[in-house]
Amino acid sequence: MTRKQRRAILIGGSVGTLAIASLLVLFALRDTIVFFHTPSDVAEKKIAAGQRFRLGGLVAEGSVKRGQGTRVEFAVTDTIGTVRVSYQGVLPDLFREGQGVVAEGQLDAAGLFRADTVLAKHDETYMPPEVAKSLKEKGVKLGAGAKHPGATAGEAGKAVRQ
Amino acid sequence: MIVEIGHFALILSLAVALVQTIVPFWGARCGDERLMGTAVPAALVQLALLAVSFAALTWAYVVSDFSVANVVANSHSAKPLIYRISGVWGNHEGSMLLWVLMLALFGAAVAAFGTNLPLRLKADVLAVQASVAVAFAVFILTTSNPFERLASPPFEGRGLNPILQDPALAFHPPFLYAGYVGLSIAFSFAVAALVQGRTDAAWARWVRPWTLAAWMCLTLGISMGSWWAYYELGWGGWWFWDPVENASFMPWLAATALLHSAIVMEKREALKVWTILLAILAFSLSLMGAFLVRSGVLSSVHAFAVDPARGVFILGILVLFVGGSLSLFAWRMSALRQGGLFAPISREGSLVLNNVLLSVACGTVLFGTLYPLLAEAFGYKLSVGAPYYNMTFVPLMLPLLMALPLGPFLAWKRGDLHGATQRLMVAGLLALVAAVATVAVVHRGPWLAPFAIALGVWVMAGAVLEIAWRARFGEVAIAIAARRLTGLPRSMMGTAVAHFGVGMMVVGIAATSAYRAEHMLIMKPGETVAFSGYELKLAGVSARRGPNYNEQFGSFEVTRDGKQVALLEPSKRMYVAPRQATSEAGIHVAWHGDLYTVLGDAQPDGTGHAIRLYYNPLVRLIWLGAVVMFVGGGLSLTDRRLRVGAPRRSRRLPADLVPAE
Repeated sequence: MTRKQRRAILIGGSVGTLAIASLLVLFALRDTIVFFHTPSDVAEKKIAAGQRFRLGGLVAEGSVKRGQGTRVEFAVTDTIGTVRVSYQGVLPDLFREGQGVVAEGQLDAAGLFRADTVLAKHDETYMPPEVAKSLKEKGVKLGAGAKHPGATAGEAGKAVRQ
Repeated sequence: MIVEIGHFALILSLAVALVQTIVPFWGARCGDERLMGTAVPAALVQLALLAVSFAALTWAYVVSDFSVANVVANSHSAKPLIYRISGVWGNHEGSMLLWVLMLALFGAAVAAFGTNLPLRLKADVLAVQASVAVAFAVFILTTSNPFERLASPPFEGRGLNPILQDPALAFHPPFLYAGYVGLSIAFSFAVAALVQGRTDAAWARWVRPWTLAAWMCLTLGISMGSWWAYYELGWGGWWFWDPVENASFMPWLAATALLHSAIVMEKREALKVWTILLAILAFSLSLMGAFLVRSGVLSSVHAFAVDPARGVFILGILVLFVGGSLSLFAWRMSALRQGGLFAPISREGSLVLNNVLLSVACGTVLFGTLYPLLAEAFGYKLSVGAPYYNMTFVPLMLPLLMALPLGPFLAWKRGDLHGATQRLMVAGLLALVAAVATVAVVHRGPWLAPFAIALGVWVMAGAVLEIAWRARFGEVAIAIAARRLTGLPRSMMGTAVAHFGVGMMVVGIAATSAYRAEHMLIMKPGETVAFSGYELKLAGVSARRGPNYNEQFGSFEVTRDGKQVALLEPSKRMYVAPRQATSEAGIHVAWHGDLYTVLGDAQPDGTGHAIRLYYNPLVRLIWLGAVVMFVGGGLSLTDRRLRVGAPRRSRRLPADLVPAE
């Protein structure tokens, strides 16, 4: 084999692998991407029942109803729109009314969001950035519970003294 | 006062780093040995100053000095001592200080142990290393100063996030940072080589131990994080494909590729350009990880304090170093002479395959991690989760694992694939047996799972066979083979051990992903449930107090085949400061898998609790595999030929043994 042929094999192999990987990525992007919507998006964009997406917002105050067994119902709101969510399972530790939440699942025919995953974050003062940004875009004032831990030193001191 | 000393030492270290960047570099350009010689003492002084600085901050945490803003925000006097100390790096500012401390530590290690480095190369390497330290020291001092005082100190701190108060997580960041930052040495060597326009086998030999050390730390750091997530987050999973996890995983993939390509460069002087590029990319990915974690551009479960100014600053550092080094690379690439020829089927060929697959896989992870950002620029909000990685990353790993055992059996330059497959016949048979046994034991699960388990066994058996073959077991008398075994180079043993660890991990991942069982139910005290071969009886749910939390815990009497095997107490804790709830899983470990129990909320009528049960078969192999990989790396690091600063090898090999690596 000449040097040229060897190089051709090397380059061909690498490009081939890259091409296969690109195809895999394209297929994966088509099938596995999950969009993120806020409750008012759900109403505006008329998201069809059965389509998987992530719903983010605040857990509406007074909306959490625990059924017998492991079924839980609550409402997610961005203060403009509200979507009722039904979830079968154990909620994360940081799940609380008035706090940010992200649920993944799909709407059923009646407009109830059937979640199979509910995410809350490691830190209770932390708001998922999509939620914070979406809420901000919609002009929603974030409450004290939504304050980022990135508060400046001065604020930190204040928070402690209060 | 001590805090001010720490602050002052940090500023001084910046000054020293600045000197270390300019003077030796200039000396190397004009060939002045005295100027180049300043690099070594500067590196040592820089380390000493940063050690003082870090110690001062640690002191402030230990004595709970609440006049320091950083301590107030992240500590509490009721915390146990170990978590007061780990709190130092449990926040953005402190962790950045740890980052520069590590940078200085690696730089000083090169200065102290790199006695056989040419003076000019050493001066350039330490200068580049110091320039990275300058950038980060300026970053800390201007945007995230951990030594900032409060005018009116509060009586008590806000406490550390309770889920971070955990032994595994206390040591997860230092290892991870040692790994991230260790790659800076490979980067500095690469830039120095480009500046000088010269690389050779010796360069690769100097770079490899540092890369190996960084890779070992990353391996351990990432697996510690994964282990922590597994038992602490009450979710039963061990990997989320979260952007921040990916941020640590990408440098690991690049470092793994670099380790292997540096072998080719060292032995055969081939792949020079690629190895240099990889060294730059590996550290660039570390820097990008720092940016992703600290800028808050991506939604992640691990978010540090998010502050746009910091994000922009780190982005600046990223652009400066990555852009600068890649431009230098593009400019000087042609100066690097290409080396040895090799056939596609050869040791080199197999290592190239390893590199192509690892770097392309790293590319898919990178794309998946950044795609949400890209989509957001076009107004879409979306998330890329595990299904994406299962469709892209996993298929790329399969050929890699299939080819892995073959590589070490191929000779340099031109290998004999037929001979290699024959020697691996036993491994193939074992893999087949493993697949059949898997199907026989568990009938459910995806069809791919027995294949994946067979792949893990194939890799493990291949590693054992390689050593047996090198020692000539079966060809010569057992006693001679055993003697040959002890005479094998450590790096060869290390390679085999690390590959064995990879196989263990693959088996663990495949078994857990495919055959895990999950059950969710409501249990009242006194009730019994049968689950995955165990009988669990909920004896009761009661409350108790811990040092800085109150908890409610359930008591499960776990029996198997009529014998009590464990008493599990999963609990829900409420920490005092900050007020935050966490779940502590109750886990029973057996050789075949983990029984994992989580206590959920009480029922509205107060008669029972939600309970989640998982059975994760062979899940421990994932972390054990990582530990074995770490040990393999360590073995390799102790090889005389690789030891930094070691004299040329004098020990004679057994007569007919050629050094393979």
